[in-house]
Amino acid sequence: MGLFFNLGSPVERAIIDMGSSIIIQLKGVEKTLGGQPVLRGVDLGIPKGDITTIIGPSGEGKSVLLKHMIGLMRPDRGQVLVDGVDLAKIHDRELNEMRKKFAMLFQSAALFDSMNVFENVAFPLREKRLVSEPDIQRYVPEMLERVGLGKMGHKFPSELSGGMKKRAGLARALVMGPEIILFDEPTTGLDPLMAHAIHDLILAMHKTFGFTGIMVSHEIPKIFPISDWVAMLKNGKILAMERSNDFQRLSDPLVQEFISVPGSIAAS
Amino acid sequence: MNVIQGIGARVISQIEEMGAMLLFLMRSFWWLFRPPLRLFQITKQMHFVGYKSTFVVILTALFTGMVLALQGYYSLRKFGSEGLLGSAVALSMIRELGPVLASLMVTARAGSAMTAEIGIMRITEQIDALETMAINSLQYLITPKMVASLISVPLLVALFDVVGIGGGYVVGVKLLGVSGGSYWSSIESAVEWRDVYGGILKSISFGLIISWVCCYKGYFTKMSAEGLGKATTESVVLASVLILVWDYFLTSVLL
Repeated sequence: MGLFFNLGSPVERAIIDMGSSIIIQLKGVEKTLGGQPVLRGVDLGIPKGDITTIIGPSGEGKSVLLKHMIGLMRPDRGQVLVDGVDLAKIHDRELNEMRKKFAMLFQSAALFDSMNVFENVAFPLREKRLVSEPDIQRYVPEMLERVGLGKMGHKFPSELSGGMKKRAGLARALVMGPEIILFDEPTTGLDPLMAHAIHDLILAMHKTFGFTGIMVSHEIPKIFPISDWVAMLKNGKILAMERSNDFQRLSDPLVQEFISVPGSIAAS
Repeated sequence: MNVIQGIGARVISQIEEMGAMLLFLMRSFWWLFRPPLRLFQITKQMHFVGYKSTFVVILTALFTGMVLALQGYYSLRKFGSEGLLGSAVALSMIRELGPVLASLMVTARAGSAMTAEIGIMRITEQIDALETMAINSLQYLITPKMVASLISVPLLVALFDVVGIGGGYVVGVKLLGVSGGSYWSSIESAVEWRDVYGGILKSISFGLIISWVCCYKGYFTKMSAEGLGKATTESVVLASVLILVWDYFLTSVLL
């Protein structure tokens, strides 16, 4: 697989050595929000086709980082390269083209509350007019069936539980067949059983569709089995990024402190 | 020194806000002329801004026309000019009260709802969700509301004028005994196309002010319930004030 840009860090070289290419690369990304520096020079490479989970204490800017990857936020300094294209330097129209590669499952699921579940999932298909209406009528129920919402198409978001909303959000994210899906804390607010079910669903969908997944999560240690890579954001920088199995063996005291007492730190 | 710094910071912040509002308007217009033309969204918004405001506009217009006739009758009677009551009511309605009061009612009813709707979509990340689907949120959410307001407000103003003149007729002719013939004929002789044209021009510009201010405040609302409440209040106050200020300037140009 070809490389799109120069890679420098040991982790990035390790990604290449293992036969993966990097689909998103952040170079020295800095962002200040409300006068408060949030990202202070993030360097990160996201391997193509794998699930990478970004962990870190609350308020460290993980969701902000995710929003930079899809161009919802632009960095004050640094570059966000997707397939080698710097998102900060392209116009709205090109950014819209680039976003066709992406989908995002939001923390709140971000379903349109004026539409029912079926309409929510069908929405991107209807907007882009890539599929005929009879195909939508056939394809959307199939997708809802896959995420376990087979008979919920007529329900409105206000009638759904948190887990159902996440499932509907996942169906909407998957429906356009994106290359990259961003998951912003997909299990926040769910009970442990439902969180487990959502993780299993993400893993199953990843196996079926083969997208590149980037997940922000606090669910330690549950994220380790479903992630290929884990990166930790601390003090506005990537403190460590390793293969999921190796990450747990890192000797860095800050990493160990975070992953061994998730209840006290992650929930803070 | 701190006081001067504080004043300076406020002035800069206000200028920045004005610049942001202007850019928001220009970008919304830019997206208006790019495909797809969202006819369904425009129609839906016209139903909301226009049709659903008719009751409150009719009610306001009726009583405005009635009170105008009542006040006008007793003022004109002093000069023995009750026959001019129709023209007094009609000119007041068409030139000033129709455009201003109808627009203020639309601001209160539909403008606040626009801010709240867009603000909630911002807080619950629905606007971000649109953007991630490569759908421009300005084109999907804002431009249909602007187009709908530009079409609906002049129609509501026309309705306001007609109902207001009717209300004036009921009080002036039916209750106070002014001659029906003189009521209508004074309107016919006094109202010129220039008055109607001025009213239409005002109502179009007020429609733009309502949708522009209310959509802007919702689109850039702060991410909290308090922020949304503040944005809704600010949008109604700012739109109402702008309507009155712009009305003065437009009137001074049109007269």
